[in-house]
Amino acid sequence: MPEQQDDILEEITSSEYKYGFVTNIEADEAPKGLSEDTIRFISAKKNEPVWMLEYRLKAFQHWQKMEEPNWANVIYPTINFQDIIYYSAPKQKVSPKSLDEIDPELRNTFEKLGISLNEQKRLTGVAVDAVMDSISVATTFKEELSKVGVIFCSMSEAIQEHGELVKKYLGSVVPATDNYFTALNAAVFSDGSFCYIPKGVRCPMELSTYFRINAKNTGQFERTLIVAEEESYVSYLEGCTAPMRDENQLHAAVVELIAKEKAEIKYSTVQNWYPGDKEGKGGIYNFVTKRGICAGDHAKISWTQVETGSSVTWKYPSVILKGDNSIGEFYSVAVTNNFQQADTGTKMIHLGKNTRSRIVSKGISAGKSNNSYRGLVNVAKNATNARNFSQCDSLLLGDKCGAHTFPYIEVKNNTAVVEHEATTSKIGEDQIFYCNQRGMDTETAVALIINGFAKEVMNQLPMEFAVEAQKLLAISLEGSVG
Amino acid sequence: MLKIENLQARIEEKEILRGINLDIKPGEVHAIMGPNGSGKSTLASVLAGREDYEVTGGSVDFLGKDLLELSPEDRAKEGLFLAFQYPVEIPGVSTTNFMKTALNEKRKYHGLDPLDAAQFLKLMKEKMKLVQIDQALLSRSLNEGFSGGEKKRNEIFQMAMLEPKLAILDETDSGLDIDALRIVANGVNQLRSKDNSFLVVTHYQRLLEYIVPDYVHVLYKGRIVKSGTKDLALELEERGYDFIKEEVDQAIA
Repeated sequence: MPEQQDDILEEITSSEYKYGFVTNIEADEAPKGLSEDTIRFISAKKNEPVWMLEYRLKAFQHWQKMEEPNWANVIYPTINFQDIIYYSAPKQKVSPKSLDEIDPELRNTFEKLGISLNEQKRLTGVAVDAVMDSISVATTFKEELSKVGVIFCSMSEAIQEHGELVKKYLGSVVPATDNYFTALNAAVFSDGSFCYIPKGVRCPMELSTYFRINAKNTGQFERTLIVAEEESYVSYLEGCTAPMRDENQLHAAVVELIAKEKAEIKYSTVQNWYPGDKEGKGGIYNFVTKRGICAGDHAKISWTQVETGSSVTWKYPSVILKGDNSIGEFYSVAVTNNFQQADTGTKMIHLGKNTRSRIVSKGISAGKSNNSYRGLVNVAKNATNARNFSQCDSLLLGDKCGAHTFPYIEVKNNTAVVEHEATTSKIGEDQIFYCNQRGMDTETAVALIINGFAKEVMNQLPMEFAVEAQKLLAISLEGSVG
Repeated sequence: MLKIENLQARIEEKEILRGINLDIKPGEVHAIMGPNGSGKSTLASVLAGREDYEVTGGSVDFLGKDLLELSPEDRAKEGLFLAFQYPVEIPGVSTTNFMKTALNEKRKYHGLDPLDAAQFLKLMKEKMKLVQIDQALLSRSLNEGFSGGEKKRNEIFQMAMLEPKLAILDETDSGLDIDALRIVANGVNQLRSKDNSFLVVTHYQRLLEYIVPDYVHVLYKGRIVKSGTKDLALELEERGYDFIKEEVDQAIA
């Protein structure tokens, strides 16, 4: 049995990455390397106001004094920041004034990824901002959304059209100085999405951004900012893929969420960056800082992530629970296979009274991968009656992978109740045989068992994406299971 | 239906089955009885294809196919069902979801389209009635936190859903109280027909009061040492296994 299991494991994990193609399109690129000139180049390309350039330069000066962090449970060669192209924009013959004028090559690229930029073709109520390398190529349903006052556009456009809002909120949750990669991002970010939901509005459709890395030797540094005014609601989803390449590419994003009184933001991620090949060659370094603040009372922020891609992931979507009675949630499924490494988790910072947080983390490790949960629950002195419940489950497939849990708890108020549960399990031969006996082959059995394991998190995803995400889980582990 | 000839199997270095012969025809119910450690459950596991056991000799023909050559999943899809003595828990997967996957895998194997949600639900309702199982139980994670009786009833429900040609019940009566036993037996009886067969593995005669077998075989030290009708089960109930053990041990001596 064990031998055969290894074979099946091998077989399942060896399936090909399905989004690894490259689009042949001419690109407008910055010269390789990073200096003040690079930043001036990016800012000029985007025709940015002075305050934006100053923000970038200040961040860059700070970054130069910082050191790359090494506390995460991941190993990768030192990144040569001078060997990266910081700006690469697919060239379009005419700058499109409407969705119809988008370069067919770009349109096809996104069609191939299952993202339609054609509003008529939409199957579900989802508005999409499509980002390729350093720029947003299209945003759908802008007009329809603007009728209810929702602003949904690329970050570049927001800086031009809604400068005051951007100026007010950018960096207010994740300051440029927060960490090494946020400083880098603040200096060189090129695009991303901006969402603004006015007071009392329930956003009538799902908003989503699809990030695509295409050009060689580039890094993608995007910036997403979502502001939900009082008593508003928005559900936002991001997806990401990249071509298969032998060299690693850096993706260092910053996401900031602001939920005011009684507002709710639901943020879901299906992350499927190229994970590298079976020998661990290539793949995306995904070094991301995501943080939301429940700025008002009774606000709620919920992060859901399905992480299957990237060769190295370093990511802790967090919530600052500032308003009284506010709620923070983190639901995560992280899958690592072959030589992938993930160090991911969350931070729940309880500042307000009666604040509640819930953490459900499901790690699945296969191949020779390493999967770590790292989480912090912090209850401040004035956070009376704070509640946290954390559950961290790990599932191991095979015996060459690793699962680690690093929970940190800091409580300064003795009315707090903080609970932490953790389990580690392996898929049992008994479970597989039971499924076999009901007529399922081992691959089907494993997919079923894994989806069962991850169900609590998958249930949090918007319906339209849950099915896709389920398939993605099975594909990511294809060949790895027994 | 099933023809077993001189079947021998071992686990690690230990011989457990030492030459089993058994012929089951369509519509027949055979009971395998025997003292603990006689090889009853091993026989069930070997037939289902559990790989912990190594078959060292003999042959098994199942509906004209060499059963031992088939993978466990193909055996199932050919119509062999094992009701487990210890049904396995699968967290997060409901019986409904589990059965939908299993049933559609089987249909695919036989070149049929998968059932859509409405068809599946209809079939499920029908079978639920048959084995008196509650919808709520089927929505819960498979076998997780089920009582002994619920687990066994769930096995019979799965059997009803998959409509096997040959069902092997491995000590399905163990751990059941009399009411649960009656419900389980009743489910089995409803599924009996002239086309399908049952192999009922049990330690006690009790179950056979409800599922009346055509033949009873006594397994001891890896061989069938005595066969008869249901009266044999009654005799065993009355006299225990000792008289058979003595007979066999004397014959060997």
